[in-house]
Amino acid sequence: MAETKILDLKGLLCPIPVVKMARAIKEVEVGQTIEAFATDPGVMADIPAWCRSTGNELVTLEKVEKQFHFVVRRVK
Amino acid sequence: MLTAIPTAFPEENVVQVSGNGKAVKNKLSMVVFSGDMDKVMAAFIIATGAAASGMEVSMFFTFWGLKAIQKKGAMTGKGLFGRMLGLMNRGGLDAIGPSRLNMGGMGRWMFKLMMKQKGVATLSELYDMAVELGVKMMPCQMSLEVMEIDPKLFQENVVPPVGVAAFLEEATESKVTLFV
Repeated sequence: MAETKILDLKGLLCPIPVVKMARAIKEVEVGQTIEAFATDPGVMADIPAWCRSTGNELVTLEKVEKQFHFVVRRVK
Repeated sequence: MLTAIPTAFPEENVVQVSGNGKAVKNKLSMVVFSGDMDKVMAAFIIATGAAASGMEVSMFFTFWGLKAIQKKGAMTGKGLFGRMLGLMNRGGLDAIGPSRLNMGGMGRWMFKLMMKQKGVATLSELYDMAVELGVKMMPCQMSLEVMEIDPKLFQENVVPPVGVAAFLEEATESKVTLFV
């Protein structure tokens, strides 16, 4: 438990980040987190929206220099 | 009462009840009328995004849109006009060009190159993602009769051809409907 799955979304544009998130969330247990790195600025709007639609928890989402770093926890 | 409705789908996917008493699902139904690369791309981006966000997705391909679900290089047509149409209107995702500035294929080449440079998924990749995510793809029976397209020339995941009533049944139970 409590292990984080790392997901590299760098260089990928819409809709691949959400498609890969959908795939990755099935690979972790409920309560576990996914930590992802992306370069598409679209994730700033899309990942929170995806979390709301799918009922998963957005733990953090931040811009670090030119990258976007976020953590999502599987809720159900 | 939602619980009183006999459903063949998970109840958590039911969001409300439509006028005819059928449950409205967290579902997207789309008509893909266009056969242009840019529009088909938009259709597949929305379809994959919706499926990745937990929505059930149905795509109804009609008229020019049928080109998007044909196998690569498939030649269609039986009679003279049908064959001419098949020749001038090649099917498959690699053969279709943008709705503007195609310039005899140059536009298609340029867009493909620019999208590759920027790391955007190609149409074929989007298509494969849609299949993997369980997007249902239905061809329009009437259009393929008119255009003399053999349903055997469609990709393997495509369901047998349907008509307007079948699409409307899907649309009625959908929260989101789009025409592309």
